[in-house]
Amino acid sequence: MNADEDDELLPGGCHMCLAIPGKIVEIFPDNVNAALIEVAGVRRRVDLGLLEDDRPVIGDWVLIHVGFAMSKISEQDALDQMHTLAMLGEADAAMQEIRGYGTEEEDKNYQSN
Amino acid sequence: MRYVDEFRDPELINKTAAEIRRLADPRRHYRLMEVCGGHTHAIYRFGLKDVLPENIDLIHGPGCPVCVLPMGRIDDGLSMASDSNVIFTAFGDMMRVPGRQGSPLEHKARGMDVRIVYSPADALKIAKANPDRHVMFFAIGFETTAPSTALTLMRAKEQGIRNFSVFCNHVTIIPAIRAILDSPDMRLDGFIGPGHVSTVIGCRPYEWIAKNEWKPIVVSGFEPLDILQSIVMLLRQLQKGESIVENQYKRVVPWEGNHAALRAMTQVFELRPYFEWRGLGFISQSALRINQAYAEWDAEVRFQIPGLRVTDPKAAQCGEVLKGVLKPAQCKLFGKECTPEYPIGALMVSSEGSCAAFYNYEHRKTSALISLSTTT
Repeated sequence: MNADEDDELLPGGCHMCLAIPGKIVEIFPDNVNAALIEVAGVRRRVDLGLLEDDRPVIGDWVLIHVGFAMSKISEQDALDQMHTLAMLGEADAAMQEIRGYGTEEEDKNYQSN
Repeated sequence: MRYVDEFRDPELINKTAAEIRRLADPRRHYRLMEVCGGHTHAIYRFGLKDVLPENIDLIHGPGCPVCVLPMGRIDDGLSMASDSNVIFTAFGDMMRVPGRQGSPLEHKARGMDVRIVYSPADALKIAKANPDRHVMFFAIGFETTAPSTALTLMRAKEQGIRNFSVFCNHVTIIPAIRAILDSPDMRLDGFIGPGHVSTVIGCRPYEWIAKNEWKPIVVSGFEPLDILQSIVMLLRQLQKGESIVENQYKRVVPWEGNHAALRAMTQVFELRPYFEWRGLGFISQSALRINQAYAEWDAEVRFQIPGLRVTDPKAAQCGEVLKGVLKPAQCKLFGKECTPEYPIGALMVSSEGSCAAFYNYEHRKTSALISLSTTT
């Protein structure tokens, strides 16, 4: 059985349970809760508000769920989590979700900065 | 088991499977429930049933937010967007869930402004970009997702964005587990506890299950090895006659949960006296609504909603499947009238739903084998 073909038959993807690992590459100076994360080369803005008790710094890895960082994890656990998503056939859905965060105007701002 | 060569450590998988066979008492029949829809998906995806002895049954629990939402709530949400000034936003998972007059996607085809968002924060951004229109976010999910909705509402209030509201359908996992344990036709030996919900609520809220109901529970990760290890931990407890809460997913789940996330939920939400769950009926204090301080952003305050109850088609047996009384293929409609392409019940819509998972990974395989054996 071909796993890729299998995925195309799936009726939607399980975004509600997806947690995507990302690395913090920038924290905005004017807003401590806004960070830029990188997932497999794609950069998007996420909210760090749920980690205010244990604030991550640039270079830390976090698990992201619906645009919010929900827990700090180790780099090894981040790699493992990406592996899990790949095994679950959810890696593409995860990247689609990451690409889906934010609006087009914001993306233009990132590119021009 | 399928996809075996993709695993990081197939040898460890085999050892763990052997340990499960050693621990499972052949005179007993074990019924273990995985609460979370993500686990259901993983169990089918990896074909984990193939490595378990026949006397271990995995029962699929209520942890799929799309599946447990009654059809009436979908109709209520869609009714708000019948005003052409309203933009309907929701996660992609919601888009194909049928309401009485069709799914959000079908309403979009008829001209409704329906947009998929990946984050509630993006629904808020759409509101900022469209100050002349009203943006409604259809919020679903357990405690994993509710804190993000709460923070989004806090940001809306801080920034004074008033053309935004949330239709809150967030539910909580503990009352659902209680309802299942109270169900007279249910016999369970233990629970595989939800992973990502527990990053928020921690492990303490499960202690009553172990202490009062005497059912062991192990919070588990989503990899095949995680799930198999959790089954080993459950069997060890059952063998010793113990019943405690254990955390197999320590690399992500802190025992105490995430206090900042719980604070955000407390600031914005309050418990509803009761809420209807598809298949489980009304469960008291099982869902969240937006509190008085955020009433201005509460879609249920802002809009008149029909609030009608819509019963599922009589022939569909979603409730029995959701409670684990029937297996998906035992429902009369399974694979005939109800398929992932044309779902009748919500369990067939979401890939976390046990019917869709069973259909995609077991039913298609069996059908392919049958067609192969009849053609050769």
